[in-house]
Amino acid sequence: MIDGRDTVLSIQNLEVVYSDVIVALRGVSLDVASGSIVTLLGANGAGKTTVLRAITGLLPAQRGRITKGSISLGGTDIHERSSASIVGHGVAQVMEGRRLFADLTVQENLRAGALVSRPSRDELAERYDNIAELFPVLRDRWDSQAGYLSGGEQQMVAIGQALMAKPQLLLLDEPSLGLAPRIIDLIRDVIVDINRQGTGVLLIEQNAQMALSIADHAYVLENGKVAKAGPADELREDHDIQEFYLGMGDRGRTKFHEIKSYRRHKAWGV
Amino acid sequence: MTDFLQLCFAGLALGSSYALVALGFVVIHRATGVINFAQGSILALGAYFTFNAHVTWGLPFWIAALVAIVASAAVGVLVERFLLRRMTGQPVFSVIMITIGLLFVLDQIITMVWGQDAQNLEDPWGIDTVTARGIVMAVVDLWTIGLALLVVCSFFVFFKYSGMGLAMRAVAIDEEAAMARGISVRRVVATAWAIAGAVAAIAGITLTAGPAALRPSVGLIALAAFPAMILGGLDSPLGAVVGGVIIGLTQMLTAGYQPQHAPWLGNDFQSVTPYVVMIVILMVRPYGLFGTEEVERL
Ligand SMILES: Nc1ncnc2c1ncn2[C@@H]1O[C@H](COP(=O)(O)OP(=O)(O)OP(=O)(O)O)[C@@H](O)[C@H]1O
Ligand SMILES: [Mg+2]
Repeated sequence: MIDGRDTVLSIQNLEVVYSDVIVALRGVSLDVASGSIVTLLGANGAGKTTVLRAITGLLPAQRGRITKGSISLGGTDIHERSSASIVGHGVAQVMEGRRLFADLTVQENLRAGALVSRPSRDELAERYDNIAELFPVLRDRWDSQAGYLSGGEQQMVAIGQALMAKPQLLLLDEPSLGLAPRIIDLIRDVIVDINRQGTGVLLIEQNAQMALSIADHAYVLENGKVAKAGPADELREDHDIQEFYLGMGDRGRTKFHEIKSYRRHKAWGV
Repeated sequence: MTDFLQLCFAGLALGSSYALVALGFVVIHRATGVINFAQGSILALGAYFTFNAHVTWGLPFWIAALVAIVASAAVGVLVERFLLRRMTGQPVFSVIMITIGLLFVLDQIITMVWGQDAQNLEDPWGIDTVTARGIVMAVVDLWTIGLALLVVCSFFVFFKYSGMGLAMRAVAIDEEAAMARGISVRRVVATAWAIAGAVAAIAGITLTAGPAALRPSVGLIALAAFPAMILGGLDSPLGAVVGGVIIGLTQMLTAGYQPQHAPWLGNDFQSVTPYVVMIVILMVRPYGLFGTEEVERL
């Protein structure tokens, strides 16, 4: 329980190793309360995508392994399960880089997202309608090959594909990456909208501005560890976050390594 | 002219059998990236299963054929489950070598159980023929063409409209992304092997029915279907069919005209034409007729 709400997702002390030698996560703990938006921030290589792979059972495909810790979904331990079973339990994801099936049409991509939940014909039609309502621009694109869409449209299809599974928990890996501000706003609004309808959201972002503006709770990952965590509005006010992630620093430390060395002298209180 | 059409008909029938075999190759390759060299042995097994169920057990031919198709599909699934699944993530080369090993083992099992001698499938078609506009068509050839057409249409409908068909296409494009959407790659791979086993059995039955005899060596036909698959571009079911028909036609036309017009090529030249055609087409189109660099699917 967090603030009186049930947890949908609870990660305890997770350690992940790739190829038996590369330690990507070193004891990460993270909770997503049901119906909340949680954001996971962090620089390149911090381990954000690895957290997502661990949750959805995709580590084996990358020669990665959970070596310690546990992941539970609504109280059930899922960390040895196959991705088919995990997604079947209501965890859908929007992968980093969107990863649409480029040769398939938009509709086929959406249907591929729904396969896991085996909807009836009517349910399927209803879900298509929901997606078309959420992203009206896709209406004219229904039969186009996904590979030919613009980046923004592809991201919409990727989100739509995840929603087709009717998830309880939606994981998004850098949905704003490479998109125009207008599209980022749209996607942010959609995430808020989905969340209002009761879906828990774990939003992985480098765009801290966008993520913190909608999240209830935030975690900052650094070198495979949670360096900071707290309610999103607190982190928004946090000086280091402002400086490093929100680009509001006033000391002229704009280069990453300078900030890094500066930060070494600071204690990150979690 | 009648001669020519006669040869074309025979070529089309032979090509249909090649197409069936090539479809088996393509389905497995799309799902797993592996070329299953044991496809020919499964084909031979399918024919012998039919023989066993029909002649030995006395089941009606069509029931026997159905039993054989299901049994061959099961063989495909078992091979994947017990030999190849544990090889997941290992080099494709090793997996392919396992299928080559399997080819010889299954062939040995066939001769152990059913012997070396030629058998008669005792199918309902026998040596019956139908004549239309002067072309004599063997009933078994008509059935072969019809069954191949039926299989091709079923493939099309299956991949286009069924959930499993869509899952198979998704896995062929991006396996990890498919897993992330909750698609079970295991089920996709098992289904691919089952389909390959079933179409191999159909090919085996049509190839050994009619005037042909049933011999353990029938599996060798897979080697001639191999160019058909490569021609079509490895990953394209449509390509497999077109490739099969091209190979079948050139082989029959060669058999019909070469001894008379180019005797210097030697006896039995038609048995190498599939490879000659494959070499020539690959030199012009390195990814096959229907393949693109990024391997087009369906
Ligand atoms: N398949 C893999 N094999 C080996 N090491 C990996 C693999 N994937 C990630 N890593 C390593 O694990 C660490 C965490 O990577 P991860 O992709 O989780 O970071 P990230 O926070 O998502 O970064 P980005 O913002 O660039 O997407 C990095 O050091 C990376 O090099
Ligand atoms: Mg990442």
